[in-house]
Amino acid sequence: MLTWLVRRLIQALFVVLAMTVIVFIGVHIIGNPVDILISPEADQAERARIIANLGLDQPLWRQYLVFLNGALHGDLGRSFVFNEPALKLIAGRMPATMELAVTAVLMSVVIGVPLGLYAGLKPNGLLGRTIMAGSILGFSLPTFWVGLMLIMVFAVQLGWLPSTGRGQTAALFGVQWSFLTWDGLRHMAMPALNLSLFNISLVLRLTRAGVRETLPMDFIKFARAKGLSPARVIFVHVLKNIMIPVVTVVGLELGSTIAFAVVTESVFAWPGMGKLIIDSINVLDRPVIVAYLMMIVLLFITINLLVDILYTMLDPRVRLETKG
Amino acid sequence: MTGIYRASARLGAVLASLVCGPAMAQTLTIASSAPVTSIDPHYHTLSPNESFDGQMYERLVDHDAHGKLIPSLAESWSLKDDTTWEFKLRPGVKFHDGSNFTAEDVAYTIARVPRVKNSPASFSIYTQAVKSVEVVDPQTIRLHTDGVYPLLPIDLSQVFIIPHGLGADPTTEDFNAGKNAIGTGPFRFVSYKPGDRIELDRFDGYWGPKPQWEHVSYRMLSNDASRTAALLAGDVGIIEFVPPTDLPKLRTDPRVTLAEVISNRSIFLWLDHSHEGPTPYVFGPNGETLAKNPLKDRRVRLALSLAINRQAIVERVMEGAAIPTGQYLPPGAATYNPDIKPPPYDPARAKALLAEAGYPNGLRITLHGPNDRYVNDAKIIQAVGQMWQRIGVQTTVEPSPWSAFVSRAGRQELSAFLLGWGVSTGEGINPLRAQLGTWDAARGIGTANRGRYSNPTLDAMVEQALRTLDDGARDKLVQQAMALAMDDVPVIMLHLQKAIWATRKGLVYEARTDEETRAVSVKAVP
Repeated sequence: MLTWLVRRLIQALFVVLAMTVIVFIGVHIIGNPVDILISPEADQAERARIIANLGLDQPLWRQYLVFLNGALHGDLGRSFVFNEPALKLIAGRMPATMELAVTAVLMSVVIGVPLGLYAGLKPNGLLGRTIMAGSILGFSLPTFWVGLMLIMVFAVQLGWLPSTGRGQTAALFGVQWSFLTWDGLRHMAMPALNLSLFNISLVLRLTRAGVRETLPMDFIKFARAKGLSPARVIFVHVLKNIMIPVVTVVGLELGSTIAFAVVTESVFAWPGMGKLIIDSINVLDRPVIVAYLMMIVLLFITINLLVDILYTMLDPRVRLETKG
Repeated sequence: MTGIYRASARLGAVLASLVCGPAMAQTLTIASSAPVTSIDPHYHTLSPNESFDGQMYERLVDHDAHGKLIPSLAESWSLKDDTTWEFKLRPGVKFHDGSNFTAEDVAYTIARVPRVKNSPASFSIYTQAVKSVEVVDPQTIRLHTDGVYPLLPIDLSQVFIIPHGLGADPTTEDFNAGKNAIGTGPFRFVSYKPGDRIELDRFDGYWGPKPQWEHVSYRMLSNDASRTAALLAGDVGIIEFVPPTDLPKLRTDPRVTLAEVISNRSIFLWLDHSHEGPTPYVFGPNGETLAKNPLKDRRVRLALSLAINRQAIVERVMEGAAIPTGQYLPPGAATYNPDIKPPPYDPARAKALLAEAGYPNGLRITLHGPNDRYVNDAKIIQAVGQMWQRIGVQTTVEPSPWSAFVSRAGRQELSAFLLGWGVSTGEGINPLRAQLGTWDAARGIGTANRGRYSNPTLDAMVEQALRTLDDGARDKLVQQAMALAMDDVPVIMLHLQKAIWATRKGLVYEARTDEETRAVSVKAVP
């Protein structure tokens, strides 16, 4: 278990390092942030002063070494745009994205698993077929379009929900969260639904496939023959066996929902990290891009780690040591 | 008994406030189109920041809705001698923290501007003409310039005044946290959530007319479709930069009122003047490299200009949200020259000119431009490409994101490319110097001259205008210089964008040529 963990961490370190090198070279090739930030009316001397001020007059390898040195001391640099530490900026936006992503993934499990279970048990019923047909829409319609449609229907036409933005927040553990207030929940409803539609469909289809696959198996027949109640057969024996693929997918989707909530965030003007990273890429704000991607890499690695550990709990046959 | 009476009276008041919602009625929610990146008014010369700052801070000299200079914190200003400007300051003005506004604060602000740490684009370009500051008395300040500098009041119309009580080198972070966010403007700072919103309250000690709004919520909604939806849903009272695609729909929507004006932002095509030999993206009709740069020939530039049907672009691509132009400024602006008409659409003459210049079989050009910067930028260059095609110039159109485009344009790697220019000062010397002045790093001229156009006669005329103190004579000179410049077709002028706001019915906005959105100019009408 311990060697496995250490090995995983060393791998993670190399991934992070490789990623920072790619970002440094990539941003350097795209263009010079100063060209974007500077007022076009500024004179050439002012331009040179700003380039030197941001350290962009140094050769790229030296800029990278300066960054590495700072990173070792816990400093990932200051944003060119906001003049605040990149980590602080990201941390300030993180709760908004986190609560949105976690709500969306929770919704995908709470809605997706029961619907999938039903569709799997009654594959030929009208409702079962409707659910499956609906799920096709769920993962094929573009998030961007669905988001705008939600706004048009629920905010503009019906006027039930606020169209955009994050509502009132309340503090918990020193962080501002919007799911603690009614106004906050009203603001979160549409973006969370929009973000979860794809995941709901995915979880639903996985669950249905799993159920269809498990039902004809011998151990289910035996369980029934033993006289167990249908509820126990379904919720204990079937459900537990189909959970491995569902947990894998939910885990991975949590990562990508956090990392790529950007479309939903920009449609709903949700002040999360996704909007920050897109704005930062548009102005080549390298410290923020690097810090954000480092964080996302770490996030994926952590989630994968947790998923692997969850496997062992769900399926006693899986052993971490043998997996390597 | 009285207790019950009091309680019910209080309940009645609460109910009344719920029903009539006076608090709601006095809150104005503004949707801005781009994120405000700082509350520090001297941190970044970025138009979304400056537009926001106008709610909280004020300048010595301001612009009215049409771009004319008007007194703000300075009541009047005059030249004492060739190099000394005297500003008489408005008495009885208070800062949000209660301190009085005096000449000390002006001196403090001018000293602070160039010292802002890590500023990615400093406001010092507007204060650098000031060589020394002399506080005469609390209501009078003299600014000494190096040589004659008639544009100083215009430059200072970009600089927001902060109180000297903030001490030595106040930090940008303290502004963002609200600690330093103190101005003299009609609204005072309450809170700032980056990327989301800024909350403001009415400042009751304001010297000017009392604003109608008790509370202003300044929201950042950069997605065009969401901004329109938020207005239609009634979540915001006013939106800026109405996307042209929504215009036809909004014009007929009874829930919405539009306010529009022709702005100072012109859209044009730069041509490469920097290469004497072959320019990177222009070739002969069969793809052969040319010995010299055809864009150095005025006939070729004029042909490319006459080939463009500006009216069609304005009507079809811009949905009427622009007017064709032949110069940088809109009608009515200072130094606008009514004799410079938008170039006509004349493909036959364009073909003849190309043949006369030695290219009877046309040319091959790649036209570059951004696709996320100006209204419909990518569509405009596609339209131009098709029009050039018709006079035998085979055009490849290459739009790309601003971040990837702008550095290449600045390194003279492109031959023909689309750019825009908002004349922040509202008069013609600004584009003639920054855009068309010969690139000169030592003197700070031609800073935005990305095509490296150079015309010594023009430079001399602009220089002469800059040394002319008489406003009327100077404006004449600038008009002449603009006519001379435009006749040489250094850039191909296309159109001037309209700035468009949309408000909920019951609200009206006084549209501003400088594209700023100000809460005080939003009025409720019965």
